[in-house]
Amino acid sequence: MEVLIYLVPVALLLGLTGLAAFLWSLKDGQYDDVEGAALRVLKDDDIRS
Amino acid sequence: MSENLDLSIFVKHQGDGTAHLDLAIEGIDCAACIDEIEGGLCRLAGIVDARLNYTTHRLSVQWQDGALVPSTIVRELERLGYRAHPYQSRLVEEEETRRSQWLLRCLAVAGFASMNIMLLAVSVWSGNVTDITPETRDFFHWLSAFIALPAVAYAGQPFFRSAIGALKAKRTNMDVPISIGIMLALIMSVVETINHSEHTYFDSVVMLLFFLLCGRYLDQAMRRRTRAVAGNLAALKAEVAHRIDASGEAVLVPTAALNPGDRVLVRPGERIAVDGIVISGSSELDESLVTGETVRRSALAGDAVYAGSMNYEGTLTLQVTAAGKGTLLDEVERLLETASAAKSRYVQLADKVARAYAPVVHLTAAITAVVWVAMGSSVHDAIITAVAVLIITCPCALALAVPVVQVVASGALFRSNVFLNSGDALERLASVDTIVFDKTGTLTLPEMRVANAKAVRSDLLEAAARLALSSHHPLAAAVAQEAKERRPYEEVAEEVGQGVRTLVHGVEMRLGSPSFCGAIDLAAESVGQEADVSVIAFARGHERAILLVRQALRPDAAATIKALLDLGVDCRILSGDRPEAVAPIAAALNLREWRGGAKPAEKIAAIESLKAEGRKVLMVGDGLNDAPALAAADVSISPITAADITQAQADAVFLGDKLSPVLDALAISRRARALMRQNLMIALVYNLIAVPLAFLGYVTPLVAALAMSGSSSLVTLNALRARRAKAKTASETSLPGAETRAVPTLQGA
Repeated sequence: MEVLIYLVPVALLLGLTGLAAFLWSLKDGQYDDVEGAALRVLKDDDIRS
Repeated sequence: MSENLDLSIFVKHQGDGTAHLDLAIEGIDCAACIDEIEGGLCRLAGIVDARLNYTTHRLSVQWQDGALVPSTIVRELERLGYRAHPYQSRLVEEEETRRSQWLLRCLAVAGFASMNIMLLAVSVWSGNVTDITPETRDFFHWLSAFIALPAVAYAGQPFFRSAIGALKAKRTNMDVPISIGIMLALIMSVVETINHSEHTYFDSVVMLLFFLLCGRYLDQAMRRRTRAVAGNLAALKAEVAHRIDASGEAVLVPTAALNPGDRVLVRPGERIAVDGIVISGSSELDESLVTGETVRRSALAGDAVYAGSMNYEGTLTLQVTAAGKGTLLDEVERLLETASAAKSRYVQLADKVARAYAPVVHLTAAITAVVWVAMGSSVHDAIITAVAVLIITCPCALALAVPVVQVVASGALFRSNVFLNSGDALERLASVDTIVFDKTGTLTLPEMRVANAKAVRSDLLEAAARLALSSHHPLAAAVAQEAKERRPYEEVAEEVGQGVRTLVHGVEMRLGSPSFCGAIDLAAESVGQEADVSVIAFARGHERAILLVRQALRPDAAATIKALLDLGVDCRILSGDRPEAVAPIAAALNLREWRGGAKPAEKIAAIESLKAEGRKVLMVGDGLNDAPALAAADVSISPITAADITQAQADAVFLGDKLSPVLDALAISRRARALMRQNLMIALVYNLIAVPLAFLGYVTPLVAALAMSGSSSLVTLNALRARRAKAKTASETSLPGAETRAVPTLQGA
């Protein structure tokens, strides 16, 4: 069961990374315009210019 | 727009040499609009960045300061086919955005904690029935404590703050038992961990927080969405006025830029945008949107005039005033103060339950502890069982029972074009048994319409309507609405105070006063017994037609009133207009109870006396004179065209030409109340089963986790049934095409 000593912290760290990523994306304003983001991905702006 | 609009007060100048402007955009309906707007603006010289928020329909533009004037942007957008209105973000809205982000952060932390702790808890539960070593179990418990304590300290803040706030005000709310339950469960779990015990409740605590935060966040998101749409509507409604500069030049500015003391020019056919005093000029005003009175009033120098009045014949110069003594506005504000102060604070259903619930729960827990000690158990076991009772009764389902229904019902209202201003309006709406309607602008449309359109030959009507497009007269606007082809005739001459005329294929056409068109005898004949109409004559060659213009009923008013009466709701009319003008409306709607000529104070008195009879009164009104009555009624609704002060008093606002939103609001709120009660019953039944189990000591952490998530899910799923309320009422009452009439700017906002 000694394997838990490092497996559990690794699992926690992974979870914390996910939480940090979410909090960063929230702060970055990525949820301000969810409908627009879904449509912008279809834009062909790289072709036009 | 041929004139330049001066938008300088909306522009924010930033330190780095750029200027910034926020605009609410009308006319966005597809994905291509994003490209069209952003691409189109970026082609303008000097624009640094243009970014459209497709969800809220707002555009933020930045440009090199001084490189262009802001009105260029508005004009360019107009050329692209969109109407833009400067938007000033309001404090309330920013506050709500901050709060909703905070709740989302709390939710994320609680979600992270509950996932990880559940992982550890499931290991312990399965280990307890197999071969887990006490050391491993302790390790897992300490780990859970290490995650749960900071997570609860952070994610529990919304509840702790609200509970402390309530206790400070010497009240209790649902957050008080929640906070007590959470704290006790945490403390007990830590103590049990130290004592190397088998059971801890860390998983229950964070899961409870997670569920409750979900409810809070949804509630907040719904309110924010409504607020954003309301903000856009306010921006779209924002009017403009001609301000007279020091140099005597008239500049078009948004009314928000006007200060008391400014002088404003009002031309014939314009709606007055501000309250003020006439300095010079004379004219006739239609104040029906303000006082409900449909007869025009003459305005001379020294008279007070109100925003929302329509200016007819003459040009006026006004001085903008703040509410002066003795004016209608002053009286309305004074009445408002007393009416709102006297309005007894409505106690929400959830708070009522919380008040009764908290003492009962805490008493049960105390009794449990006492009984266990009396039965000869150790103090330790007695306290553990008592805390288990508290945890199992921690009102998770109860706290979700009401808000989740509110969220779903406000969504249904939103789709029916009704926006709730206040959170508890839904419950108050559900108990309404009497509806008092204002007439002008509420039962009738805010604009004039041609009353005898069917009686006039259709080709004559079409010709008259197209000719009316060229006139500035307010009555002509009513005729112009009948035009199917919206191209005005070329070379139309307007003769002031008479009408308009033009030559088409050598035939002269005239639209205007009966004498101007040579139809005085025909006019006298057509008007006959009809009171309260304005007459417009039309002549083409030797043909003559008379058009009667008046305020028309909303298209579905009769059907809606009938449906309301069928529901057993008592409907009445209480109008500021003359009784002669109210009587035909009441007759058309089949309403026996009506009253005309009511002043603001009399309207309050009428509503108070209805309330004194024990009725729950819903007031529907729009005029400035209705504002105090709206505040005095149990609950109030106003159309979006209502005066600003009036709208601020209303608990809900509805959009569009139809009256059916009032019926929808009533039906949805009644269904929502039924579901709230059902949910509370579910929560009660859950407690009736769970409490005896906890009392007997059968509640292990596993049972607590199952019971909590089970009851919360049941309550949430039941709440989703509130979505179906709209479908029923719509199919019964509204006409085909009702759904498609929604204002396009609101879709997706």
